[in-house]
Formats: sequence, C-alpha cells, structure tokens
Amino acid sequence: MALDNQSPEVFGQTPWQTVGPFFHGALPWTGGPDLVGASDLDDAIEIVGRVFDADGAPVPDALIEIWQANAAGRYHSEADPRVDLSLDATFIGFGRSSTAEDGAFRFRTVRPGAVPGPGNSLQAPHIAVGVLGRGLLKRLVTRIYFAGEPLNGADPILALVPAARQVTLLASPETPGVWRFDIHLAGARETVFFDV
Amino acid sequence: MPDSPGYRREDAAQPPSLHPSYASTVARSPRQPPVRIPQTLTETTGPADWGRLMGAAMADLTAWHAGAPLGQRIIVAGRVLDEDRRPVPNTVVEIWQANAAGRYNHARDQWDAPLDPNFTGAGRAVTDAEGRYRYVTVRPGAYPWKNHHNAWRPSHIHLSVLGPAFATRLVTQMYFPDDPLVAIDPIAGAVPEPHRQRMVARFDLATTEPDWALGYLFDIVLRGRGATPMGG
Repeated sequence: MALDNQSPEVFGQTPWQTVGPFFHGALPWTGGPDLVGASDLDDAIEIVGRVFDADGAPVPDALIEIWQANAAGRYHSEADPRVDLSLDATFIGFGRSSTAEDGAFRFRTVRPGAVPGPGNSLQAPHIAVGVLGRGLLKRLVTRIYFAGEPLNGADPILALVPAARQVTLLASPETPGVWRFDIHLAGARETVFFDV
Repeated sequence: MPDSPGYRREDAAQPPSLHPSYASTVARSPRQPPVRIPQTLTETTGPADWGRLMGAAMADLTAWHAGAPLGQRIIVAGRVLDEDRRPVPNTVVEIWQANAAGRYNHARDQWDAPLDPNFTGAGRAVTDAEGRYRYVTVRPGAYPWKNHHNAWRPSHIHLSVLGPAFATRLVTQMYFPDDPLVAIDPIAGAVPEPHRQRMVARFDLATTEPDWALGYLFDIVLRGRGATPMGG
C-alpha cells in the first residue's frame, strides 16, 4: 500500500506549503490589521511598510502576520506565566495584513513593552513577523525593533545579527506615531530572517 | 524566569525557501542563510483566544448558499497533533480551495472554468479536546498555472493552523490519493520523499457517510515540545 498521511512510517511534522495567490477569501479578517480596534488604549501606533522581491519589485500577494506583547510587556497567551503584569482584555496582540498592489501593508497597534529573553536578559520592545505569500514555500520570520530604543543595544537576539545587517530590523519613525518597516525578501537590502 | 524548553526545530520534511522548479521562489527567496536564534517567550507564546475574534466556525463549505455546490461532496476530517502525538485542542484550522471545476472565487483567478454561485471555498473550524476537526466540502478540481509549459496543480485544499505558539505556525496543502499530478507538481515536489506523502490524505470508509459523502483523513502534525533541560 502506498504511503500517505496516515502511515506510521512517515509520521512527523506536516510540511509547509505556500499559501499561493488565492488566500484572500480565507485568511485576512475584518479587523486583522487593527490590533487596537475600538478599545481605548492610549498611544496607538501604526506600522507601515512594503514588501519587495529580489529585483526590487513590490510583492502584491503577500500576507504579513504579527505577534507581540502588550504595552506592559505581557503576551496574551496561556504560555506567558507572568500574571503580575496587566493584560488588556481587548488587545490580543495578533494581526494579519495582506499586501496591496504596491506591496504595502499597515497595522495599527501599540508599542510593546520589553519582555524577558534567555537567561536573565531583557529583550528590547519588538514585534514578531511572519511573511507568507505566493512563491514562499514556507513562512519567513523576522522581527520589528524600534530605531532609537535604548534597550536595543543589549538585546540578546539583535546581538546575534551581524552589525551591518541589524538596520534591516529597525522600524524608522516616519511621522509622529507612524513607523516604517519595509521587508526585502532578497537583494542588496535583504531583510534578516530568523530560524526559530 | 526559567527558560522555556521551546519547540523542536524543522525536520527534514520542510521544503527549502528556494526551489527553482517552482519559479516564483527565485525572486522571493532570501539568499542569506536564516539567523538561528533561541526560542524566547516571543516564539513560545501564541494568541490564547484568537478564535473568538473570528466569530462562529464555518466548517460546512457546502452550506454557505441557498443551493448545493456542484461536484463530489466530501468530508475531510483529522486531528491536529504534535510530534509526540499529543492532541492540539482549541486551535483554529482555516481552509480554502478551488471549486469542483478548479476555479477559485478570487478576482485574480482568470482561468476559464466556471465559478459556482453556490461555492465560496473558505471555511474555519476549531479543534476539540482531542484535537479533532471536520469539514464538509466538495473535491476541488485541478487547474492550469503558468509555472512552466503544460503545468497543472493537483487537486488540493489549503489548510492553515496557528497551533499553541508563534513557533508552531503551519500552512500546508492536502492532496488526494491516486492523483497523478502530485508526483509532477513543483510545489509538492519541494518536499523530499518520502515525507511528501505526509500531505496525501487517505480515503477512509469509516469517515465516509452512506448515501451522502466520501470521507478523507488528514492529520496535521505540528512541531513538538523540545526536550527540557532536565530531560534525558
């Protein structure tokens, strides 16, 4: 009998496959790019960016997912044991934005607090990012850090990135409350992607 | 705070980012190797009750419209598990697919096959305490694409699972047994054998419902928990 999904001989991680170009009716949801929503959280920020390919052409059919702590640095997750930190009932910290014809995406969120890192280290405020799309067989993972943040210099993950490429992980202030984070899938300004 | 044990890394089934026979990977794949980082709280956490943001589950794709969609009615059922075969309960499984003629209900799908006014082709379910999910849909058709001369995608259903953590995110495609297109498909072919067969569903008579629908089994296996520092 041919091997298949139910065969013990091949049991293991299900392989990644691309989302393809036709995910828009399924994965984006109303409110996906707006993590703040109608709640009265102070200090909402916007993260804007564009996705580019190796030739510098915009990627119009990518899907960006973000995951982050709240402003107090707590994740809205059963796996975050730090119950002493405040949790916002309305702020889940997960968002999705598909890209437009010009490769643009946009999120409305809050600047996350610092969170613990390996050992006794402290991670600078950051947002985890997944990039999916046609031509992406598996998710690419990166992080948004905030330019000018004093904690960046001691961040244990940024420290693993060659100094010359760290700039690809820094969102830059564009206008008050708006941060720009472009993603270059390849090319001279290729974004740093992580193996997690 | 003690370090979390985290999740296991990719196994040999995971495709490379660059797979030139799937042409769109060439301009969209990083050329630098990914920077390996330890899993921190960021990677070992995931949204706890994200599913409630999405509203009610919609696991019957044949029931969206006034009439029944055309095509072979099927049931796709299975479990979301981790690598230690532990169930992953209460996680959202999203699916989308072409209709029975191989056409997506999508503005960018220009293939000359008919849309079905009774089929949208998207759904969402939440796994139960045993990690089980179940969809009712129609078998999607194959369709041509422009990857190379005479290229056809095999019949497939896209499945997206969040799992318990940022690290466990998975999007895959389910294929059908005895489909000759799977073996010559560059996207399925990015996964080395024999692991590719993990994506081929099994026809199952016990899942099949008499006088109603054929049944297929498709389990989804997410990365398992890593060994703890105390573990042997």
